[in-house]
Amino acid sequence: MELISHDILIVGGGGAGLRAAIAIGEENPDLTVGVISKVYPMRSHTVSAEGGAAAVIKPNDSLDNHCYDTISGADWMADQDAVELFVDEAPREMVQLEHWGCPWSREPDGSVAVRPFGGMKVERTWFAADKTGFHMLHALFQTALKYNNVTRYDEWFATKLLVHDGTCQGVTALELRTGQIRAIAGKATILCTGGAGRIFPFTTNAAIKTGDGMSLAYRAGVPLKDMEFVQYHPTGLPGTGILITEASRGEGGILVNKDGDRYLQNYELGEPLDVNDPEHPRKRAMELGPRDRLSQAFVQERQQGRTIQGPYGDYVHLDVRHMGEKKINKKIPFVRELCRNYAGIDPVHELIPVRPVVHYVMGGVHTNIDGETPLPGLLAAGECACVSINGANRLGSNSLTELLVFGARAARAAVCFSAQTGTLATEELLAQAGQEQQRIRKQFFEPSSGTETIAQIRLELTEAMEDGAGIYRTADSLTTTCDNIRHLKERFKNVELADHSLTFNTELTTALELEYMLDVAEALAHSASARTESRGSHQRTDYPERDDERFLKHSLAYQTDGDPRIEYLDVVITRWPPGERHYGSK
Amino acid sequence: MAANENSQPEATISLEVFRYCPEQEDEPRFQTYEVPYREDWVVLDALNYIKDKIDGSLTYRWSCRMGVCGSCGMMVNGEPKLTCAAFLRDYHPALIRVEPLSYFPVIRDLVINMEGFLDKLTEVKAWLVPKEEKPVSEGEYLQTPAELAKYKDFSMCINCMLCYSACPVFGHHEEFLGPAVIALAQRYNLDSRDGGADERAEAIFSHEGIWECTFVGDCSRVCPKNVDPAGAIQQAKVTATKDFYRSVLVPWGK
Amino acid sequence: MSDQETKTKEYRRPMPADWWLKKRTYSLFMVRELTCVFVGGYSLILLILASRIGDQESVTAMLNSKTLSVLQLIALPMVIYHTVTWLNLTPKVLVLWRGEERVNPLLIAAVHYVAWIGVSIVILCVVFAYG
Repeated sequence: MELISHDILIVGGGGAGLRAAIAIGEENPDLTVGVISKVYPMRSHTVSAEGGAAAVIKPNDSLDNHCYDTISGADWMADQDAVELFVDEAPREMVQLEHWGCPWSREPDGSVAVRPFGGMKVERTWFAADKTGFHMLHALFQTALKYNNVTRYDEWFATKLLVHDGTCQGVTALELRTGQIRAIAGKATILCTGGAGRIFPFTTNAAIKTGDGMSLAYRAGVPLKDMEFVQYHPTGLPGTGILITEASRGEGGILVNKDGDRYLQNYELGEPLDVNDPEHPRKRAMELGPRDRLSQAFVQERQQGRTIQGPYGDYVHLDVRHMGEKKINKKIPFVRELCRNYAGIDPVHELIPVRPVVHYVMGGVHTNIDGETPLPGLLAAGECACVSINGANRLGSNSLTELLVFGARAARAAVCFSAQTGTLATEELLAQAGQEQQRIRKQFFEPSSGTETIAQIRLELTEAMEDGAGIYRTADSLTTTCDNIRHLKERFKNVELADHSLTFNTELTTALELEYMLDVAEALAHSASARTESRGSHQRTDYPERDDERFLKHSLAYQTDGDPRIEYLDVVITRWPPGERHYGSK
Repeated sequence: MAANENSQPEATISLEVFRYCPEQEDEPRFQTYEVPYREDWVVLDALNYIKDKIDGSLTYRWSCRMGVCGSCGMMVNGEPKLTCAAFLRDYHPALIRVEPLSYFPVIRDLVINMEGFLDKLTEVKAWLVPKEEKPVSEGEYLQTPAELAKYKDFSMCINCMLCYSACPVFGHHEEFLGPAVIALAQRYNLDSRDGGADERAEAIFSHEGIWECTFVGDCSRVCPKNVDPAGAIQQAKVTATKDFYRSVLVPWGK
Repeated sequence: MSDQETKTKEYRRPMPADWWLKKRTYSLFMVRELTCVFVGGYSLILLILASRIGDQESVTAMLNSKTLSVLQLIALPMVIYHTVTWLNLTPKVLVLWRGEERVNPLLIAAVHYVAWIGVSIVILCVVFAYG
């Protein structure tokens, strides 16, 4: 079978991947780009993002403000050089996307409108009603169609990085249509595969968020950075976990407990303003506090019996009734649609049941500010990467902008790298692809004990993660989770597929995804176990304080034959020395 | 909803599902499965239950389960639906028949071939062709809320293909550009920042374009996002007709 | 991208000849389209009538013809159905804006209905005045 070859490969066709593809087309249209995606690009999870994308544009705002909000939001785990660069390039990237047709919501004078968002001192969140990710993704996808140098491999599932001579020279991918494992060579490969929310049981994430690229890099010897930091979004629907955007709070929505009290005032998030007060919602206070603090407040309310019990666990209420039907239809129409369809309530007249659900993984493939990983020829951008700009807790609306800024940066770095690269080792790569085909056949199609099912292992994995590595963790809970994951990895060897077809075998891809999930879970649980402090979204009841002396460092999890090896890397501090996070004051 | 020994057995519902395994047979067949009935389950939940617990070989596409990615379109009792938004309670206790989207070739089970749609998007140049060049350093193009409103609905298409499965014209002629593609072309034609209408005209005002449409209107009825592609096509017909008469009666004008 | 030979065969479901009976919306569509025949037929009768203006006898003969009366009686509900479905679709084609809001589609259809009824009344008055 022949080798497919491109100058640059991109794995993942979401916001970051498409932005990277366009950037290469803009930089050098003579380079060929292969975009390998396990789903059609418009199905990528970027599509579900709702609230908005942050970039400084108001005259009363400043780049330093955005930096400070991001760094303090990250509980000082963010690399400040990366944040400065991110904040600086953000406005340009957002205007560029507008030039490519993104239908941003507007002020009456035609300029782009911005809305307040959690943890931000000044409004800087650009939005397209409350379907920002959808509009951004479709604008990027349709723009990418213009570039003839981009070839898409839709519904090709990447299974392994091809590494030879210490460099990444491409990937092997399962072509779903034919069941064949193909080798695809590239002088540079950019991973844009998204996060891994599906390792938890309640998540806003789609089925496809299984940590594929993170695991591919991990298995190739690249460390996963800051994996212990997982964001719970404070307002997901109970049961399904469907996202109710932070924009509902940015536009004035409030959170109340069983007794109708705005409980956040008891958690050092300031004093509540009356909903009709023109200053409401006050920025960086109450419902516009950072996500980690809001999710932690929920858990503490639950411990004190002030949450409402439901068939899918406890929840609280999000109240947007005071916004009125007109404002709701204009600013958060998708929220109304989702509530009616999936919660059976109309938010114009009724309270929305919400609870924290897993939403975003701050950690990911370790990269520098250009998206380069320690493995030459391999880069990463988007949620699957960790630069880090999000540190221990991400601010809402920074991730959509991150896709654009780092998707473009990684693309430019990939273009530079590919210019220096000679010919690739074709024979060797084809041989590796052959071995990969053998491995998959042996592991999943040859008869085994067949005692395990994919669904059962996945269920137990998600339960282990929620029980031991949720919002509050202890040494014991994490050790139990690490043990469980180890056992599940063993048991996974006994999975045998019912579907032996070569044509569109989604049972096979589900099994491969579960394997990725186990890797990501392992890195997460062990990194969390090693971090004996509390910071941002990583909260240890046995170590409740932040410990800058020992832990103002990123964790790096390396795969070994046994448990992952955890090393540490200093956080880059430039102009903002570590301080206290203050929310709620004027 | 666990059953206890003294009460009725757990409620169930049956799904009759289209199966096609090209390596095993030339013709498709139907297979019936019984799944638990839950008030808040959608057809997609039932399919996931079947795949997880009964038959791992059942094959279908899905992802977001909140009606925005467009992956999970299928025929449910003969109507094109997003299976993540089709509630079991609307059909219970009757049998639910699940088939792949109509008028598309079937690759396997409930998975159809939608490559044609992607080719058509490129054909109609479904991207912004700026009316005037403006460097990024000068900021955004201005667009008032009223200007945005003109094309907003047409920009809401999630590419789910339900409209194609409702269109008998597409059922007879697969070269027909179809509702979603023409609506997307209109989305750009009506965008105040766009100047590409002439470039798109050849593809849209063609035999495979708007003139194939006989305004059955079912596409707009089944669209889960109220895009109204039928409206887009008829409006395009009016524009094309006006342009034609203008070019004939006032050939020296623009 | 990949070899054609490794792809399994796709299944194409045949389009049945009675496709328009399978769904209510399709059947109603076909009825609507068929009413065009009656609109065409009635227009033909009117054209022939018009061409015979001046010839009092043949006009009277046509107007008194039982066959033509029956045909017109059948055509009347068809033409009304055609008109109603057509008028109901005018808001799809005529999109008017008042700032950010669309002019209510019902209003657009209503204006057309009023015009239709108005013109019909005028024509009836003229016909009966000369009748």
